[in-house]
Amino acid sequence: MSDIEQVPVSLTVNGKKVQRFVEPRTLLIHFLREDLNLTGPHIGCETSHCGACTVEMNGMSVKTCTVFAVQANGAELTTIEGMANPDGTLSALQEGFRQMHGLQCGFCTPGMIMRAHTLLKENPNPTEDEIRMGISGNLCRCTGYQNIVKAIQYAAAKLNGTDIQEAAE
Amino acid sequence: MNDMTPTREQREAALEGMGCKRKRVEDIRFTQGKGQYVDDLKLPGMVFGDFVRSPYAHAKVTKIDASEALKLPGVIAVLTAEDLKGVNLAWMPTLAGDVQMVLADGKVLYQNQEVAFVVAENRYIADDAIQLVEVEYEELPVLTDPFKSLDEDAPVLRPDLDGKMEGAHGPRKHHNHIFTWEVGDKDETSKAFTEADVTVKEMISYHRTHPSPLETCQCVASMDKVKGELTVWGTFQAPHVIRTVASLLSTIPEHKIHVIAPDIGGGFGNKVGAYPGYICSIVASIVTGVPVKWVEDRMENLSTTSFARDYHMTTEIAAKNDGTVTGLKVHVLADHGGFDACADPSKWPAGFFNIVTGSYDFPTAHLEVDGVYTNKAPGGVAYRCSFRVTEAAYCIERGMDILAQKLGMDPADLRIKNFVKPEQFPYQSALGWEYDSGDYHTAMHKAMDTIGYRELRAEQKAKQEAFKRGETREIMGIGVSFFTEIVGAGPSKNCDILGVAMFDSAEIRVHPTGSVISRMGTKSQGQGHETTWAQIIATEIGIPADDIMVEEGDTDTAPYGLGTYGSRSTPVAGAAIALAARKIRNKAQMIAAHMLEVSEYDLEWDVDGFQVKGNPQARKSMKEIAWAAYHAPPQGIEPGLEAVSYYDPPNMTYPFGAYFCVMDIDVDTGVAKTRRFYALDDCGTRINPMIIEGQVHGGLTEAFAIAMGQEIRYDETGNVMGASFMDFFIPTAVETPHWETDHTVTPSPHHPIGAKGVGESPNVGGVPAFSNAVNDAFQFLGSTHIQMPHDAWRIWQAAKELGAHG
Amino acid sequence: MIPGEFTYHRPSSVAEAVAILVSHGDEARPLSGGHSLIPMMKLRMAAPEHLVDLGGIADLKGVAEDGDTITVGAMTTQSDLIASELLAAKLPIVRETSELIADPQIRYLGTLGGNVANGDPGNDMPALMQCLNADYVLTGPDGDRRVPARDFYEAAYFTALAPEEILTSIRIPVPPSGHGYAYEKLKRKVGDYATAAAAVVLTMSGGAVSTCSVALTNVADTPLFAKEAGEILTGSSLDSDTIKRAVAAAEAITEPASDGRGPAEYRTKMAGVMLERALARAAERAQG
Repeated sequence: MSDIEQVPVSLTVNGKKVQRFVEPRTLLIHFLREDLNLTGPHIGCETSHCGACTVEMNGMSVKTCTVFAVQANGAELTTIEGMANPDGTLSALQEGFRQMHGLQCGFCTPGMIMRAHTLLKENPNPTEDEIRMGISGNLCRCTGYQNIVKAIQYAAAKLNGTDIQEAAE
Repeated sequence: MNDMTPTREQREAALEGMGCKRKRVEDIRFTQGKGQYVDDLKLPGMVFGDFVRSPYAHAKVTKIDASEALKLPGVIAVLTAEDLKGVNLAWMPTLAGDVQMVLADGKVLYQNQEVAFVVAENRYIADDAIQLVEVEYEELPVLTDPFKSLDEDAPVLRPDLDGKMEGAHGPRKHHNHIFTWEVGDKDETSKAFTEADVTVKEMISYHRTHPSPLETCQCVASMDKVKGELTVWGTFQAPHVIRTVASLLSTIPEHKIHVIAPDIGGGFGNKVGAYPGYICSIVASIVTGVPVKWVEDRMENLSTTSFARDYHMTTEIAAKNDGTVTGLKVHVLADHGGFDACADPSKWPAGFFNIVTGSYDFPTAHLEVDGVYTNKAPGGVAYRCSFRVTEAAYCIERGMDILAQKLGMDPADLRIKNFVKPEQFPYQSALGWEYDSGDYHTAMHKAMDTIGYRELRAEQKAKQEAFKRGETREIMGIGVSFFTEIVGAGPSKNCDILGVAMFDSAEIRVHPTGSVISRMGTKSQGQGHETTWAQIIATEIGIPADDIMVEEGDTDTAPYGLGTYGSRSTPVAGAAIALAARKIRNKAQMIAAHMLEVSEYDLEWDVDGFQVKGNPQARKSMKEIAWAAYHAPPQGIEPGLEAVSYYDPPNMTYPFGAYFCVMDIDVDTGVAKTRRFYALDDCGTRINPMIIEGQVHGGLTEAFAIAMGQEIRYDETGNVMGASFMDFFIPTAVETPHWETDHTVTPSPHHPIGAKGVGESPNVGGVPAFSNAVNDAFQFLGSTHIQMPHDAWRIWQAAKELGAHG
Repeated sequence: MIPGEFTYHRPSSVAEAVAILVSHGDEARPLSGGHSLIPMMKLRMAAPEHLVDLGGIADLKGVAEDGDTITVGAMTTQSDLIASELLAAKLPIVRETSELIADPQIRYLGTLGGNVANGDPGNDMPALMQCLNADYVLTGPDGDRRVPARDFYEAAYFTALAPEEILTSIRIPVPPSGHGYAYEKLKRKVGDYATAAAAVVLTMSGGAVSTCSVALTNVADTPLFAKEAGEILTGSSLDSDTIKRAVAAAEAITEPASDGRGPAEYRTKMAGVMLERALARAAERAQG
């Protein structure tokens, strides 16, 4: 094997402490998927364009295909696997995506929901334009985004306790 | 009845059957990151395969030295064509009747072609090893322009075909020629052109692009040497076909091959074919005895597995002065790349391109397609369309606009004038299809009224005047598109893949407690089959959709089917599902008759059970009947309640639609903004309107991308340009227009539930709508045709050539 | 797409980081946001043996005002720049430009220092820093030195930065209050580099331009400070004739590549169009 020593990383993922030794070149997406078996974040483009690998790291949305696992040392991470309500029911965003038909093949969905999660934390009441800009780092090949926008509006309304507008077409 | 008894409407609603905007079953797992895609699979001892690829587009491979790579700890094997020859797999047959190298056998024909397959303990070591494999190349002259393929002195791309002047589809006329496909009446068509008042002619190109689903192609092959059984998990749109192909190629008996397509992250035609990655993984697993995973990266996906389009269509229309079309003549130069690996039904070298007469009543037509080789990647898949149908729709819809311009007619009016009339259905087209049904006039008028077509034309005229006066630098285009699709391949009389007729299948089993498992030969890649198939069954047998589990993709359990592409699932498998369900209902009727002690002819179906005619209180619900089928089957009737149906459709289905695009173009930058896009679709009976709308949104977005910039380009040395998501145009939520959708319903007369298929219509109809909008905007400056893709610089260039920059 | 092997370093001070760079020379590369370097490593077009992650150096983050200068730490991210009230008040063009860079995820990690130091002609901040006449502070084994942004870029990926140096901060002179500004960027989609972009900062007095600074993005192998264009505009009332001359002067210094964004001729013209539009917006925003 290589002469490069493995280095320790310890971080919190979905509320759980995790400690592993990794090769320094291990990409965070592979660390999550291969070492931690968190296969929700997906690999779509590998060049930080598609956002399918998006997770929340220290309150920021990051594309884990372009971050080394060592860079996440000490960080607090949330992946799609940590998104459901504590009782196992779907969170507002997850429910919104289902209600508004905001997904089809489901491959972009974990990244899309994680991005929307951080977006709504920063801007609980976004306009349609703000949502579109906010998810512009996430590509979807199936939906044309229209129902994703509605899904995020649904979640925003639910979280804000306001009326939910308009069902999916 | 007491107050607690549900009404008929309530019982109907509880089924969530056809017509219901049922929320998707799949979403429960997908929204939690619990989908199970191929790359999520981890097997004990699994290793990883990856390719050494050619940097050259055309070269001899003179030496492959893997010795340094093999020294790297963790590297298990490096396969080359020489190794594959031992198992007779250096080459594989394509669906189009050609053969294709699995690994470079003496030469390479396109950049990034597979040269060697490295097998290592993990993907990191595999990538390291790739850097260590030394390959020596001797460069050859490169051919990328299909218009030069048939030149006398064009380089010979396929020495393996030397002297072989008969191809899978008839005679070859040149060393780079693949086939000529001719349909229609040449003499009649020539006559129509001689006698025409007006003719137009234009070379309309549909550029090379790629389906690029967000999940790339991937597989895990696992050979159990003890049992002699091979299991392959993969991104397969057609798992049964893959099983048959794997058996034919490997000589492993088909019952010892298990092909499983788990959740698939989008397909769009990319995942129909068989690729070197699958073959090499299988061979590697046979050689090593451990499971081998192969996962394409995005660059490999865009540059090697299955391009789409690359059709160059010289289009001529003959017409009378009043706009009546009298003849259509099309010649297509089809660029197939280094191998003809089109995923079309076997007998159709240019797919169903002969739908090119579109929605119009052409009395005569003639079509000729020439397929040629170039130093580009193979493929030619139906990227979100039935086989070559989007090319055909683009061809005729641009052609009609060009004719309207020449005649000085409004393009919508010209279309209406030439529509096949409702009373002409079933309609026999000049190029050989029988359109099952349609009501084009109603759809077109509804669309024009909704969008306010005449008002938009008036606004456009005012804007053109303002532009001429120098008051604005913005021009406006209105794109009209009225497409007819041909989907649902297909009838066994004309459709097969490698000899297997293109039927599809369904199996339904009702359990004693009245819940259901059902399996089909199709495979969803995002279409939501688990949701919609259950809705068909729910309506047909009166069991709530929530009590019906739908399973696809496992060839051990699912009945044989030809898979999901070409919008064939609903037309073919959808029919099989309905018919299997009806078999169950028929048996249920016999059981119910026995239970109610009446003749089965005295019973009538009512939502979710059978009731005695004239005495609706005497009824048995499907749930009760199911229990009886297992608990106390009547004498003379087999116990159990299940059915299988294989459906061979009598005809294709012909969805259609009217699309309008309103676009504003900044002449100084070439930036085009879609102000409105209205899509009216008629896909016959609508099973789940929510899912249909979602399909339309997605297809329109892909159409937008293709028309406005999505392209696989090559430079003159055969370098593939922009094979990453930086350059290959996948629009984000910001660029993507807002979609307005609408519909009419003209059920298919031959389909058991009248459904026609919809997934691909928006792509087929959308591309011409966008392109016609761009072209329409520039007409008043004297332009007749601007080639796609319409990215900003090309629009700017067209504006410049038309003198719009002053 | 897997990067080659490297040894990872995470120093906690600039001095420590510089020491690592000194001991490994060309074999070491500093890592800031990583969104340029890591993709290059995945393509094996970059293969540093030592990666020096600057993420652990607290001193390199933050935006501070010091008299007439705003100093931005090199590891300040694009999203920090967008969030900074100080920048919004004093240098609003920084926010306007930051919001046009890449996409939200990348802006959380992408840094100003990385954007300007990397030497990628596609990056937006270098031209903006030239327009604003910023200085880069380069810290090496012999301490700090300052290099004006306008002198920093030599060719694509070649800059005045020595292998053992780190770009530690960016010092931006604050333009007078009431200045007009605009960053106009033409791109194919969110996440793309500019087909062409223009940065303009100007001040107006009595309807005439008192000062004007222009720079262009991604229309040569370095960012371009369009000195002559700025000089032509200074003193003018931004009449169409002067604008035409300034645009021509700016276009004349471009030397863009032909690529998927368009042929060179188009990109040159787009630099002109972006400049024209930036001027119009800057003038509209200017007071006085």
